[in-house]
Amino acid sequence: MSERASAARAGNGVVEVCHLAVGYDGREILRDVSLCVRAGEVVAILGANGSGKSTLIRTILGLVPVGRGEIELFGVPQRRFKDWARLGYVPQRLGAGSGVPATVGEVVASGRLARRGIFRPPGSADRAAVREALTDVGLLDRIDDPVATLSGGQQQRTLIARALAGKPDLLVLDEPTAGVDAASQEAFAAVLGRFAAAGGTILLVAHELGPMQPLIDWAAVVHDGRIAHEGPAPEPAGHHAQPGHDHVHPHAAPQRAGICEWAPTDRLPAN
Amino acid sequence: MLRALVAALIIGLAAPSLGIYLVQRRLSLIGDGIGHVALTGVGVGLLLHQSPVLSAVVVSAVGAVGVELIRQRGRTSGDLALALLFYGGIAGGVVLVGLSNDSSNANLMQYLFGSLVTTSPQDIVVIGTLGALVLVAMVTFRPALFAVSNDEEYARVSGLPVRTLNLLMAVTTAVTVTIAMRTVGLLLVSALMVVPVAAAQQVTRGFRSTMAAAMAIGLGAAGAGVLVSAEIDTAPGATTVILALAAFVAITVGSTAWRALRRRAHPPQEVEPPDVVLQRA
Repeated sequence: MSERASAARAGNGVVEVCHLAVGYDGREILRDVSLCVRAGEVVAILGANGSGKSTLIRTILGLVPVGRGEIELFGVPQRRFKDWARLGYVPQRLGAGSGVPATVGEVVASGRLARRGIFRPPGSADRAAVREALTDVGLLDRIDDPVATLSGGQQQRTLIARALAGKPDLLVLDEPTAGVDAASQEAFAAVLGRFAAAGGTILLVAHELGPMQPLIDWAAVVHDGRIAHEGPAPEPAGHHAQPGHDHVHPHAAPQRAGICEWAPTDRLPAN
Repeated sequence: MLRALVAALIIGLAAPSLGIYLVQRRLSLIGDGIGHVALTGVGVGLLLHQSPVLSAVVVSAVGAVGVELIRQRGRTSGDLALALLFYGGIAGGVVLVGLSNDSSNANLMQYLFGSLVTTSPQDIVVIGTLGALVLVAMVTFRPALFAVSNDEEYARVSGLPVRTLNLLMAVTTAVTVTIAMRTVGLLLVSALMVVPVAAAQQVTRGFRSTMAAAMAIGLGAAGAGVLVSAEIDTAPGATTVILALAAFVAITVGSTAWRALRRRAHPPQEVEPPDVVLQRA
C-alpha cells in the first residue's frame, strides 16, 4: 500500500486512486492517475473529449477493469468493496429506451435495490425515500408519468433522484449536465448543493461546469492519460471565458471553434 | 380438452411475464432462438429414448446460458449469436429426429407447431410446476430484473448480482420455451412472450401495469385460442398467436383513435418551452 493510500485511510479518503493505468484493446487510455477525494469534498474531473475522464470514473465504479494500480472506495480495495449502497451513480443518460414503458417512480425505485437487496419486497421506507428524492429534484408531480414523456433535463433529474433514493454518502456523476436545458442545470446544481451541504461527497465528470461551478472545491484536469492539473477549477479556454457566456449552445452549432477545451489541450477533434 | 385449456392458460400467463424483460432489453427474438435449440433437445431425447421435454429443457438451458455468456463477453454481436443459434438448433434438431427410430413428419410437426390435444396428465403436472416457478421468479424479482434490464451498468454499480440475474433469465427463458412447446410449438413460442407485451405497452404508462396487462392479454389469447381452435378446427398454437396479434392491432388502432379524439376535444393549453441542448463536443 502506498504512502498516499495509507495517508488517505488515516484521513478520510472516500475515493482513492493510486497510479492507475487503464487500456482497451492494447490502447492505453489512462497512463498514471492518482487522486484522492476526501469525505465532504466536491470534486470535478475535467478534460477534453477523449482525455480519459469518463474512463477514469467508470474504472472507479468497477465498470472498466483496472489495468495497473489501485483503487480504494471508503478505505476498502475496490475488488473487495461490497457496500455499494454508500455510492450513488448518475450515468450520462437514461439507458436506451426500449419501448416498454416505465414510470418515473419505477425508475427511481431501482435506486433502493442497493440498500434493500433483491429478495426483500419494497416497503414503506422505500416508497418514502423515492418520494423524498423526487421532491428534492422537483419532479414529484411526474411520479406516475412514463419517463419517455420527460424532457432530456427532466430525465437527467430522474437519474439523480434514483441515485439519491439510495441515501448514498458519495455521488458519482458522469457528465450530468451534458445536453440538459438551462432550467434543469440550475435545478441540478441546487440538488447537488443541498447534498454537499448535508455532508455528502461528490465526484463528477464534466465538460463544462455551468451553474455547478460555485460548488466545486477542487478540480482535476485529465490530459493525455494523466492528471495535468489539480487545484481550483481552471478558467475555461476559448470563448467560454467571456463574461455572460451562458454555456448553452444550440444543438447543431455551425462553428466548432471555442467548444470548451480545458487548457492544456491538444484540441482533439470534436465528434 | 380441459387439460389442453389448463396448459394453455398457464403458458399464456407465464410467457408474457418473462417476455416483458426480453422486450425491454431488446432481445425479443431470443425466445425464438432458444426454441430452435430446443428442437435439438427434442432430437436428443427421441434418439436416446428419453423424455423429449426433459432433454429439450436441458439442451435449451445450455444454449441459453451459452448465448448469455457470448453476450457478456461482447465478442460476437447479439444479432450474429442469435443467427448461429437459429441455424444450429434447427439443423441439429431435424438431423437428430431423422436419426431416431420413430422419425416421422407428424412427430416433427408436433414439436414445431404444438400439439395440445395430446397433452397427458403428466404433461400438465410438468407444465404447471415449471410455469408456476417461472411466474414466481419473474414476479418476485421484478424490481431487480427491471433494474438489470433497464440499465445494466447502473445495476452493476448498485452491487446487484447482475451475472446471476442474467443467467436466471436465460434458464427461465429455456424453461418457458420448452413448456410452451406443447401448446404453441417451438416456432411460435416467442410470439406468446412478445406479442402480449407489444399489445399492452400501447396503452400502459408503467412497467408494472404493462406486465399485468400483458399477462391478462396472454391469458385471454391462450384461453380463447384453445376454444376457438376447437370450434373451427384449426391449430390451437397458431390460433392463439393470431388472436394475440389481433389484440395488438385492436389496441393500437383503438388507442391511436382515442388519442386523436381527445386531442381534438382538448387542444393542448400550453406548449412546453423547447429544450436547449448543450453542444457536446
